[in-house]
Amino acid sequence: MKNPKSAYSVSTKKEKSDTHIIVVWVDNEAGVLARVVGLFSGRGYNIESLAVAEIDSKRNISRITIVTTGTLQVIDQIKLQLKKLVPVHKVADFKREDKSVIFKEMALFKIVGNTSKIKKAINACKKYNAIILDKTKKSNVIQITAFRRDIDKMTKNLKKFGLVSVSRTGAVAMTRGDKIFN
Amino acid sequence: MSKLYSGAEIVFKCLEDQKVEFIFGYPGGAVLPIYDELKNHSSIKHILVRHEQGAGHAAEGYARSSGKPGVVLVTSGPGATNVVTALTDAYMDSVPLVCISGQVPTHLIGTDAFQECDTTGITRPCTKHNWLVKDIKDLSKTLHEAFKVATTGRPGPVLVDIPKDIQFAKIKYSKPTILKKLNGKSLNYFSQKEIDELINLMNKSKKPIIYSGGGVINSGPEASEVLRELVQMTGFPITSTLQGLGAYPGDDNQFLGMLGMHGTYEANNAMHDCDLLINIGARFDDRITGKIDEFSPNSKKVHIDIDPSSINKIIKVDLALVGDVKDIIKGINKTLKSKNIDLKKSNKQKISKWWEQIQKWRAKNSLDFRNSEETIKPQHAVQRLYELTKDKDTFITTEVGQHQMWAAQHYKFNKPNRWMTSGGLGTMGYGLPAAVGVQIAHPKKLVIDIAGEASVLMTMQEMSTAVQYNLPIKIFILNNQYMGMVRQWQELLHEKNYSESYSEALPDFIKLAEAYGCKGIMAEKPSELDSKIEEMVNFDGPVIFDCRVDPNENCFPMIPSGKPHNQMILGPNEKDDNKITGKGKALV
Repeated sequence: MKNPKSAYSVSTKKEKSDTHIIVVWVDNEAGVLARVVGLFSGRGYNIESLAVAEIDSKRNISRITIVTTGTLQVIDQIKLQLKKLVPVHKVADFKREDKSVIFKEMALFKIVGNTSKIKKAINACKKYNAIILDKTKKSNVIQITAFRRDIDKMTKNLKKFGLVSVSRTGAVAMTRGDKIFN
Repeated sequence: MSKLYSGAEIVFKCLEDQKVEFIFGYPGGAVLPIYDELKNHSSIKHILVRHEQGAGHAAEGYARSSGKPGVVLVTSGPGATNVVTALTDAYMDSVPLVCISGQVPTHLIGTDAFQECDTTGITRPCTKHNWLVKDIKDLSKTLHEAFKVATTGRPGPVLVDIPKDIQFAKIKYSKPTILKKLNGKSLNYFSQKEIDELINLMNKSKKPIIYSGGGVINSGPEASEVLRELVQMTGFPITSTLQGLGAYPGDDNQFLGMLGMHGTYEANNAMHDCDLLINIGARFDDRITGKIDEFSPNSKKVHIDIDPSSINKIIKVDLALVGDVKDIIKGINKTLKSKNIDLKKSNKQKISKWWEQIQKWRAKNSLDFRNSEETIKPQHAVQRLYELTKDKDTFITTEVGQHQMWAAQHYKFNKPNRWMTSGGLGTMGYGLPAAVGVQIAHPKKLVIDIAGEASVLMTMQEMSTAVQYNLPIKIFILNNQYMGMVRQWQELLHEKNYSESYSEALPDFIKLAEAYGCKGIMAEKPSELDSKIEEMVNFDGPVIFDCRVDPNENCFPMIPSGKPHNQMILGPNEKDDNKITGKGKALV
C-alpha cells in the first residue's frame, strides 16, 4: 500500500517459513495445555499438530510435541516465550528435515468392503508397520505409524479400497543414537 | 498440635509475611470470608475503590512509585472481569501486581453459578501466571509463589483465584522456605566476555547513542544511579522511552529527550544516524521504532534486557546481554574503571562531531509551539505546571492521549519512579486511580494526574476514594473538548472527519468536584494560569482543575506511520519556513 491510512505500520516482511517440531516438558497440572496452546493462538503462531501425554508420573511431567511453521524469528520467539511460562521446564526444537531425529505419527484406518478390497488395503499399508487391530467379515481396523506425508498419501490412496474413517495422532519425536535433549 | 487457620487467615498470614501494607479492593459474595478476617490484621490497610479497574490501576500506581508489588482483592465474576484491563495494562508495562480473586465454592465451579466466571481462563493471557487454588494445602505455597513470580525477572501481574470453600477450610500454617524453582527465569545470563565486547564497540564508535527504557526503572533506583554514572563516564548522548523517563535527569545536557512517535527531533535523528545503539531495558516498541526496515540502518545494535524473549523479537541485534540492567551496567562501569578506559577523554575527538550534529538538530527546537495570549496552549499549561512544581518532589500520572505526550515532552523528570503512565496498553482512565495509589505510597508528596477530559471521565468515580482517604491528589485536566489524539489522527489521516471524537455534554468539572466533596478550579486565560496552579498546589485536599485549552492544538513533532525516524513532521512554526509542505502531510 502506498498510502497506508493507519496508526500502525504496514507489514513489509516476507521471509521463508520452515516447519519445526517443538518439544516442551511441562508440569502436568490443570490448565497447562491451555497456557501453551493459548500462547500460540494469542501470538498468531500456527499449530499443525499437537501430541501430549504424561511421561513421568512420579515427577508429574508431561511432554508436548507441537509441529509448527514459521520464520526463523518466529520460531525463536516461540521457544523463548514458551520458556517464560512458569510450568515449562525445557523446550527443544527440531527442523522437520533433521536426520538425527525420528518423527512419527500414528493413524487408524477403518476399511469397509469385500475381502479383496480389504486385502489390497492391508497390502498398501504394509510398509508402514501395519497392525490389524480389529477384523470382521466386512471390515478391518488397521494401525500404521509413519511420517505425516505418508499418512496423508495413504488416506488418499485407501479411499478406493473402502476407507470410511480415519483417526490420527500428532507427531511425536525422539533423537537417534544415545543423545538426549537438554 | 499447632493451631489451625482458615484459608482467609492464611491469606493474611501470607500478606503479612510478604510485608504487604495496603490492599486495593472491593468486597463481594465470594471474598466475604477474607473481608471478614481484615479486622484482625492491623498492619494491613484496605483501600476501598469504587470500581475494580480502579483497584488495579491504583495498585499499579502504588507499585510503580514505590517499587513494591501492588496487591488487589476482588470478588468473583464481575469483580474479576473488571480488573482485567488493569492486569493487561500491568502486563504490558511490566508492573508487579498480585491480584487475589474470590471464586464460587469448588463444588459449584463449572455450573454457571451466581457470579461465576472462568477467571483463570480469562486472565491467562494477561498475567505472568495464575492459579486456581482447589486445595487448602496449596494456598500458602501458591500465594508466596505468586509474589515471587510477580516480582522476579521481568515483573508483571499474577492472579490467585480462591474458591469460597477454600477460604473457610482450615489447615496449619508454616512459613514456606523452599519455593518452587522458577526454571532459572530470574537469573543473569550475561558474561564478562559480552561486557568486554560491548566496551570494544563503545571504544570504536563515532556516533553512539544510549536508548534507555522502563527496565531501568524496574531494576530499582540503583539502576538509575549507575546509568547516570555510565552516561557521564562515556560522554554519550542518551534518549529515553516514555516509560524510562526519570531514569536519567530530564534537564541534563546529555539527555536528548524522549524518542519515538512524539519524541524530539534530535533524539529520533540521532537514533537514525548513529553507528552504535545501546538499548538498556527497552523493547523496541512499535511507537519507538517507526518503520522497521529503515530503523537505525547503519548501527551496531546492543540490547540489554532481563527478558530473553525481548531480544531479536522486533529488531535483530548484534550483541545481547540478558540480565538485570542494574547488574549489567555495574559490570560495564566496573570494567571501564578497572581497565582505566576513559571513554570521555579518548573518544572526545571522535564523538565531538557527533555532538555538533546533535546540536544542529537540537537547534530546531522541535518541541516549540506557538504560544497565545488569548487561549491557553496545552503545552504551555504543562510547562507552567512543571515550573511551578519542579522544586517539590512531584509525582506525575497521566491518562492516555495528547495530554500524555505533552506531559512527557514538557515535564522534566529528574528521579525514577516519579512518572506513571500507561504506555503499552494505552489505557484511558489509568491516571486518576493510579494517582490514588501513588498518594497512598507517598502520603506527603505532591501527586498530579495530568489528564484529558475524555480519559478522566472513564474512572472519575475514584475521586470518591480520594475523598474518603483524604488523598490530596490533583487532577489537572487539559480540557480541549475532544478526544485529542483521535481528533489529531482524524485530521491527519481521515480528511478531518471528526467522527465521534467531540466530547459532547461534558460535566461542569467544578460542580463535579464539589459534588465529590473536593475542590474545583477552572482556568480559561493564560494570564490566570499561574495563580490558579498555585492555588491547586497549595490546597490541602483533592482538586479537579479544569484547564480550558485550545481545542485545535496538535501534538508535534511526530513520526507519521510507516516512516523512519528521520522523516518527522514538525510543528506549525516549522511549517511557515516551508520545511514540511502540504505534500509531505499527504504522505502520512
